[in-house]
This record gives sequence, C-alpha cells and structure tokens, in this order.
Amino acid sequence: MNLTVNGIEHTVESHGLRPLLHVLREELGITSPKAGCQQGGCGTCTVLVDGEPRRSCLLPLAAVDGAAITTVEGIGTPDHLGPVQAAFHEHYGSQCGYCTPGFLLATHALIARSPKAGREEIEEALAGHVCRCTGYVKIVEAVEAAVGGAS
Amino acid sequence: MGLNDVSVLIPASADEAAAAFGDGSGVTVVAGGTIVLPELAAGRLRPKTALLLGRAGLAGIERKDGRVTIGAGTPVSALHDADRPLADAARHVGDLEVRAQATVGGNVCSASSDDAPRGDLQAALLALGADVRSTGKGGEATEPLERFLADGAGAGRLVLDVSYDDAPRQAGYAAVWRPHSHHYTILAVAAAKRDGELRLAATGVAPRAVLLDAGDPLRGLELRDDALASAWYRTQLLPRLVERALANLQEA
Repeated sequence: MNLTVNGIEHTVESHGLRPLLHVLREELGITSPKAGCQQGGCGTCTVLVDGEPRRSCLLPLAAVDGAAITTVEGIGTPDHLGPVQAAFHEHYGSQCGYCTPGFLLATHALIARSPKAGREEIEEALAGHVCRCTGYVKIVEAVEAAVGGAS
Repeated sequence: MGLNDVSVLIPASADEAAAAFGDGSGVTVVAGGTIVLPELAAGRLRPKTALLLGRAGLAGIERKDGRVTIGAGTPVSALHDADRPLADAARHVGDLEVRAQATVGGNVCSASSDDAPRGDLQAALLALGADVRSTGKGGEATEPLERFLADGAGAGRLVLDVSYDDAPRQAGYAAVWRPHSHHYTILAVAAAKRDGELRLAATGVAPRAVLLDAGDPLRGLELRDDALASAWYRTQLLPRLVERALANLQEA
C-alpha cells in the first residue's frame, strides 16, 4: 500500500487493519501524532487525510491506501513555523505539548474550510480535542489569532 | 495486536460487498471504524475476515419517488442538515472528526454498553418511521427499523441503506448529555408527527433505541443503572424529555 505523507511517497508493509496512527509512528517513524486514548476521544492522534482532520487511531491503513496524509511536520518547520504554529507559539497555546499536534491540525483544517470562523465554529472544531493541562483559554486565543491572521 | 491471520476485503461496489459478506459468518464489518478499531486495539475483537466498506459506494443521500434513502456508508456529518429530528441527533454524535468517520450503517447496528452510549441516530430514525434494507443469509430484505433493532440489529446482516417517506412532518427532539470530550447521551427523545400520527422514540433507555407510548412513556421499559446515570434518574428524566420534545414540535 502507498501513503503520501507531507508530500513524500511511501510504500508501507503494515497489515491493512493496523491503525494509521501506528503505521505513521512505528513503520514510518513520524511520532507527532500521539497514541493517547486510542478510542477516538482525545484528539491527539489527529492527522489530515486529503486535507480533512481525521483520527488516525480509528483509521485502518487499508481505508487510506493512496491518500495524502499531513502531520504537523507538513504545515511548517522549526525554522519556518506555519501561520497556525506561529499563532500558538506567540499566544502560549501549548503547555506540555502532548495535545498540540491535534489542535494545530484541527485549526489548520478549520481555517482552510472557513477562513473567517467565529467563536462558535472554533469551539465546534476543537470540541474533540482534550488538553490535560487545561490550557483552553490560551488555545482558543491562539486559534482566534490564527483565524484573524488568515482572513 | 496480532493481525497477520486476518484477511481484509475491500469491495468496490455494493454487489461485491454483499457477495463478500455472504451469510456474515466470521466477517467483521468495518465502515467508519469508530467502534471496531478501539475494540481491535484493546484485543476484544479477533476477526477472521474484515470487510472494509469505505470503497463500496454505499454513501449518499437520495430523495426520489417520495422516499429519502440514506446509504449505510453515509457519514454522520452528512446529516447535519438532514430532516429533523435526524439532524438534531446527528449534530450531537461524538465530535467533528468522529462524525466525519462514523457511518449511518454503523450507528443503526450499534448497541450501548454500560460505559459507552451508542446509536444516537436510532431514536430519530424510529420517529421518522424508517426502514432498513440489508443483505445476508436468505438474500436482501427490507424491514421496519424497530423490527431490525429488536432482532439483534445487524447480527448476520449487512446494512445497505435506511429510508423513510419524504413528507412534511412536525419534529421535536430533547436530550440530556453528560459533558465529556464528547457529549455522551444519557437520554434523548425524538418525535415526529405526520397527518396527525405521532411517532415517539428514545435512545438511552435500553441498549438500542425503542418506540415509546406517548400516553405512558415509561410503559414496558426496564431501565438500568450504567456509568452515565442511574435507572432512577432516567425514570425521572424520561417523562420530562417527552414533554419537551412534544412542546417543541415544529414543522420539519
């Protein structure tokens, strides 16, 4: 099977029922999607599948054969943060960082589909993402800044 | 998880899916994966054959000849603007990403366990008088959702679509959720009234949704304690939610 991850094509050997999360982490060594609850409830394994946010712990590899996957490494680099990453950095939208990849990708996808998203739409887009540091106020401020910067 | 001896089938059409499913023995159906993948990860499910439906062409909503037909592979997120009370139930399932993965077919086949409420669309579809079309042993069959649910909701059946009359109705919905990362539905009541006939159903009173008697909503129910609420609490709550769903009946 084939996956394009952050623009790079990979042939993968994992079993077709293996969750995309573990294929990314263990076969391809891309560890930014985290194995949190592994039940779809915490959000930190979120990746973009053909641009749409999805829980990689709930997706069997065979269901995404041929898809384009984006992780946080695909929306910016340490030297050149993407606009969403820059907004989180500037507004202290990350504490321990475990949930951050999911929040960043959910926000990236939100801005792509709704460049002028208001508070309600932001809250809906982030609803499935849990921050155990409970830094939600700063996270939402960062997302509002990212949305404002994009529009 | 030891998956090496599990064969994965990926049918490219509904006919191929029906042929691959056969009589369903030994087959685990994976539609959106939101229920099956955690079961696999926890080692509670050891399939012989996994039938992945994502490419079987079972997704889509069609309005034709006076019927609304919703393919089993349609994601719950496609129902955000569906007919009421179906849309009311759909908007509160999981979260944005989960709704985009979870399917209508999976939802009607699911049953709540003591710690995981499931099947929120069932009550709304019961209120709409939906039928379920499925295939399996003995071939294709269409039956009312209430019978499908009472008969074990999909054991040995592959759901193809659900459908209901495309007709004007008044619709109402009332629910109480327990806040979590998801809104876990403690209890929800869906109502639809058409030509003076009221259909009332609830989710959260049994493993699968049931039709209610509007005059005596608690009749015939055996409410149980679970991780979300006690039977006592649900006994108090159900009549109130019925009142609210009926009070907010509006043209759908």
